[in-house]
Amino acid sequence: MATAFDPGRAWALDPQVALRSERFGALAYHFGTRRLSFLKSQKLATVVRSLADQPSGHDACLAAGVAEHEMAAYERALATLATSGMIAERPSA
Amino acid sequence: MLDPTAASPPEPEREPDPQPPAASDDALIEADLLVEDVSIDGMCGVY
Amino acid sequence: MSASGPIGASVTPSAPAGPVGRLVDQFQSGLDAPICLTWELTYACNLACVHCLSSSGRRDPRELSTAECQAVIDELQRMQVFYVNIGGGEPTVRRDFWELVDYATAHDVGVKFSTNGSRLTPAAAERLAASDYVDVQVSIDGATADVNDAVRGPGSYAMALTAMDRLAAAGFSGFKLSVVVTRQNAGQLDDFQAIADRYGAQLRLTRLRPSGRAVDVWDELHPTSAQQRELYAWLSDRGERVLTGDSFFHLAPFGDPLPGLNLCGAGRVVCLIDPVGDVYACPFAIHESFLAGNVRDQGGFTAVWRESALFAELRRPQTAGICTSCEHFDSCRGGCMAAKFFTGLPLDGPDPECALGHGETLLAARGGQQVPRSSPDHSRVRPLDRACDESPLAGTALDVLLA
Repeated sequence: MATAFDPGRAWALDPQVALRSERFGALAYHFGTRRLSFLKSQKLATVVRSLADQPSGHDACLAAGVAEHEMAAYERALATLATSGMIAERPSA
Repeated sequence: MLDPTAASPPEPEREPDPQPPAASDDALIEADLLVEDVSIDGMCGVY
Repeated sequence: MSASGPIGASVTPSAPAGPVGRLVDQFQSGLDAPICLTWELTYACNLACVHCLSSSGRRDPRELSTAECQAVIDELQRMQVFYVNIGGGEPTVRRDFWELVDYATAHDVGVKFSTNGSRLTPAAAERLAASDYVDVQVSIDGATADVNDAVRGPGSYAMALTAMDRLAAAGFSGFKLSVVVTRQNAGQLDDFQAIADRYGAQLRLTRLRPSGRAVDVWDELHPTSAQQRELYAWLSDRGERVLTGDSFFHLAPFGDPLPGLNLCGAGRVVCLIDPVGDVYACPFAIHESFLAGNVRDQGGFTAVWRESALFAELRRPQTAGICTSCEHFDSCRGGCMAAKFFTGLPLDGPDPECALGHGETLLAARGGQQVPRSSPDHSRVRPLDRACDESPLAGTALDVLLA
């Protein structure tokens, strides 16, 4: 079951997801659910790609250059990805 | 530049204009459409 | 043409309401690699369905070898194609079928294969149930044997259900039960759903196009306009529980678009690789006019996808012709290119099954003029031969086909 998105926690792309760069951002395909997600900005693609290397979802957004006025929308986007199982919480080290 | 609330009549096709990412992102953010999804079955022309 | 412009910026109330309506313009200009594609592995088939979109039956001696198939898979991996939908003919009749499926999944390419069930042994079912990256789609075109077998041949219903029994017994839930909607089965939708439910499978309903052998039976087999309307209502009701392969976007004028991209992906996000390596815009358009190249050509599949003249043409804005003035064009997009082509209608005009009836009007006006036929044709039973007493399953011992 996908966990509700808490931007303060550590996240990563689900291991069953393939991410492919596109001009508009990225395509993410989940081999388990067979869902195809469209990440419709380069910035969102960068956020998602960097999640595994960042201590939190919020940090990943900041590192990708997400501005304050955009933060809510980006966190909602990440929440959508969490709901569909595209991203999952990283186990704590 | 584009007013999201105005209905656009069909226009002659033109090359997409290069846009600073911020402008197009703003429209997506306003419409909350940064991410959408379909089933992989949702492509026409595939078994 | 629909309102277009910078990426993601064409947000208007009149834009398609579907989930990815605003990506339409991006996708219409094509991607650097397909999202997924259909790969017909062989033209050999033990059945002779009257509506076969690939006119299958006889193996083509020029079929891609195992090594050539693996080279294609290598390319798909490099291009990051997520998924191949393997079909035919009956793909499982290839001796290297399982080897190729394994090769694909080992190289990051997901597989779903379409089958009539003829070679789905209990062992095969177990093997499939154990794999995370292989999906199965069993074809059936009637919820009862009489309706199904009239189209797919005597015994085909039983064969399909046996395959489903075995998949379920092996614990493979969520396999697909794929139906082509016809005049004869349009009233059986609830029954199809019941069969799917019984097996823990997912129902998939797809559109009958006048492609392949279907060109000869399309007039009497395609759903009536009343049935189309009911089908749309039924599908709308079920939302994403029933798959459609995005094959009903021409019905969007009836209401909200159905789930899916709602656009023709041919040559833009999907395509067909046929058994001899020919690359077509889509499996419903097996005809010289939609042939982009061959994987055996210099540069392989990658070069065909990225550089062929045909795909470049398809990725340019298409003229809507007389559909431009229709308020529904944004959602129906003029319907299916293959459906128009094989009914002799102009590509820049209404679909033969246009929800508003404009296609019917055009068809009536063109009268009985000859229509294009799919080519190549690997049928064993020619349409005219059906008058003879040869059963569609005559000589179906697979050894005959494996010569």
